[in-house]
Amino acid sequence: MQAFIQTIIDKHEAAPVRLLAILRDIQAEYQHISAATIEILATALKLPRTQIISVIEFYSFLHTTPTGKYDILLSDSITDRMLGKQNLMFYFASQLKLKIGELRSDGLVSLNNTSCTGMCDQGPAGIVNGYALTRLDRPRIDAIIKLIEQHTPVKQWPAEFFAVSDNIYQAGLLLQAPIKPGDALKAHFQRGAQNTLAEIDISGLRGRGGAGFKTAMKWRFCAAEPETERYVVCNADEGEPGTFKDRVILNSYAHQVFEGMTVCASIIGAEQGFLYLRGEYLHLYEKLQAILQERRESALLGNNILNQGINFDIEIRLGCGAYICGEESALIESLEGKRGIPRNRPPYPVSQGYLNKPTVVNNVETFLASTKIAVHGGQWFADVGTEQSQGTKILSISGDCAKPGIYEYAFGVTVAQVLNDCGAYDVLGIQVGGPSGTFIDIKESQRKLAFEDLATGGSFIIFNQSRNILDIVKNFTHFFAHESCGFCTPCRVGTSLLKKQLDKITEGHGSAGDIVALEELCQLVKNNSHCGLGQTAANPILSTLQRYPERYAEKLKDISYEPGFDLDASLETARHLANRDDAGAHLTQVEED
Amino acid sequence: MHKTITIDGQEVPFEAGQTIMDAAISADIYIPHLCHNPDYQPHGSCKLCTVKVNGRNCSACTFPAMEGQDIQNHSADLEQDRLRITQMLFVEGNHFCPSCEKTGNCQLQAVAYYLKMHDNHFPHFFANREMDASHPEILIDHNRCIFCNLCVRASQEKDNKNVFAISGRGINKRLIINSKSGQLKDSDIDINDCAAHICPTGAILIKGTGYQVPIGQRIYDQQKIDEVSLAEESKDHG
Ligand SMILES: Cc1cc2nc3c(=O)[nH]c(=O)nc-3n(C[C@H](O)[C@H](O)[C@H](O)COP(=O)(O)O)c2cc1C
Ligand code: SF4
Ligand code: FES
Repeated sequence: MQAFIQTIIDKHEAAPVRLLAILRDIQAEYQHISAATIEILATALKLPRTQIISVIEFYSFLHTTPTGKYDILLSDSITDRMLGKQNLMFYFASQLKLKIGELRSDGLVSLNNTSCTGMCDQGPAGIVNGYALTRLDRPRIDAIIKLIEQHTPVKQWPAEFFAVSDNIYQAGLLLQAPIKPGDALKAHFQRGAQNTLAEIDISGLRGRGGAGFKTAMKWRFCAAEPETERYVVCNADEGEPGTFKDRVILNSYAHQVFEGMTVCASIIGAEQGFLYLRGEYLHLYEKLQAILQERRESALLGNNILNQGINFDIEIRLGCGAYICGEESALIESLEGKRGIPRNRPPYPVSQGYLNKPTVVNNVETFLASTKIAVHGGQWFADVGTEQSQGTKILSISGDCAKPGIYEYAFGVTVAQVLNDCGAYDVLGIQVGGPSGTFIDIKESQRKLAFEDLATGGSFIIFNQSRNILDIVKNFTHFFAHESCGFCTPCRVGTSLLKKQLDKITEGHGSAGDIVALEELCQLVKNNSHCGLGQTAANPILSTLQRYPERYAEKLKDISYEPGFDLDASLETARHLANRDDAGAHLTQVEED
Repeated sequence: MHKTITIDGQEVPFEAGQTIMDAAISADIYIPHLCHNPDYQPHGSCKLCTVKVNGRNCSACTFPAMEGQDIQNHSADLEQDRLRITQMLFVEGNHFCPSCEKTGNCQLQAVAYYLKMHDNHFPHFFANREMDASHPEILIDHNRCIFCNLCVRASQEKDNKNVFAISGRGINKRLIINSKSGQLKDSDIDINDCAAHICPTGAILIKGTGYQVPIGQRIYDQQKIDEVSLAEESKDHG
């Protein structure tokens, strides 16, 4: 064991910033990171053991106790559930004869839930030993169980189990007419760095990751920092449930993403870039590595790019299952091999990012757009969209529609148009921008997708009239509680309290005062949390409470207060001990009057 | 000339590099806080110090003071949120003040008094947490840890050690100890370490010193936390 671990440490140059990669490799070999391994790593990396333990405990895909030789996770996104995930999960568990969340006693297999894996257009989805599974159904699960019981290595499983389709139904400025590798860089060098930056400015491009900060301004701030060691980071964490467009962009447009990063690097003066790829997209890793290598061999990456005397390279770092690592400062912490805890700001990443050096963090789609703009100029982009939201937006559409997949629209498109194009019918409402966005009712379908109306990072989940709003809200609320990093009190405790309070109501134990308490708690978490996760975690409740108060009210009991626990049930042990079951040994939940 | 910010209508001078909390302490203005201690790097996690800066919520202990800021500190809304955040800390762990040696000297309890907390408001988590009584001189009761991170910082910044760390994620967050066994007795903590004395609650206690001061005569039995805190913290930093 020691020899293997030493090889892994050497492979990663004993660099503490690569701790996640080291832990991933060890986990893949031994299905966990043992106490003995932690000791070896602590010595080799010169880190306190507590830092290694705390990193393992932070990320969902790392464990201090063994998972199965076959570790299976099912995506617990609302869209997976709408496709029958819960039944499949119970079926899976019963056929494997194990409990969800546990390791089977023979150590062969473990089964658990995981947050949205970004396959909402081809779910129910899962992950086996890190690799994405799509389109699960009973026959496929039967086949998987057989492979497991026969100890067939995952590498030898049928390729169709791992097939991931792009499902691009509508292409616009970004997805049409891909440019040839190198063309954007050539145009950029010809024009000159400052002029390309001016074009990006003219384009009006705003960040596609959700917050919508002006890209040219971010690059300019970074370039203006006195510190000259600077970094470019591409945020491919894509953890927002219902979002999968970055997966498709990286699968089919990766050259243009890397080229956008290189353009950025030459403008801000960075020599090193990172692609932070969510662990769920491990299936893209080798392919992306090959593209990076191809670019190095074509002088598009590495030393003296296109003979311009510019040096820049890109390293891919994989995440390990943590939605919070999409938040840019948490992402940077994670890149440094630490727990993904959002930093205090200021300072912002543009002045103190990776290793406290000036760093640009942009979304995958933002870099793709930058490449296109570098070729076609800013006006080409600005001519499309609305005044405050120039250009196009790539949407990930899932849920109740005929053609879930990728759709690119000019900003300003109405929700109705989108619904029509993807074949949605009998629609109840749409979750725009994922759980952290807004739930809108079908009555609002004339609203526009744009920063000035419905801002979105791309998630667009459609629900038809057969869906239960409270089930949806419950799934999202549990998601945030699971993903809260735990740094600040309002989000750490608050998201768990929201979960408790919502469950109390949906399970029929709520009374009138409980809705008031729920709403008050929502505001508290929203207004006092440290980062965007906590600040938006109450959105699913707030936006549905506003639109469908009756759905909540229906669940309430006709009393003014009910305790959050079952009084009578809690007396069961006492009854058992006293060997009594008469009326006097029971309590009603509340005094009737 | 000094630059100034305004806190609840009062002009407060500040120097470059100071946070809002620093400026407030220097001006004898109390902003409730638990994870902050002016002797250590600001952390910004408890969120008790949330103030409104030009209408936006910010953590006073980490947010830099900047010319022209109009800051609200004592408003009914902010105090209500602080009360709720304190109640969150109470229900998250297991805090039984009457049976805790720290009662009367505990900052969590004192902040609760200050915010006029009369109940826990939220349902309890009844978290299953342990005690570590392994060390001959120092006791850890994880039930009372509020994750202020002060022991972590004290050990790193003052003791030049690394005895404590925060692990886990979300509501499963936990304090861990840097020793092979995970127990305090096998760590390199020393009774004279700052880390052994910094805990604002009763999570880290020194053995053999309990009840030397009778209940009723302890710090916050006599004085409110705003007065104690300002007296303590502005003497070194004012
Ligand atoms: C909880 C949380 C998760 C986020 N996840 C992502 C993500 O997966 N991808 C992304 O690009 N931005 C994400 N963001 C936004 C980033 O913090 C950041 O604004 C963005 O990467 C900047 O790039 P852009 O300007 O190109 O949008 C997230 C923010 C928060 C608060
Ligand atoms: S808001 Fe939530 S996710 Fe963000 S820092 Fe606080 S605990 Fe962490
Ligand atoms: S005192 Fe500022 S966040 Fe805790």
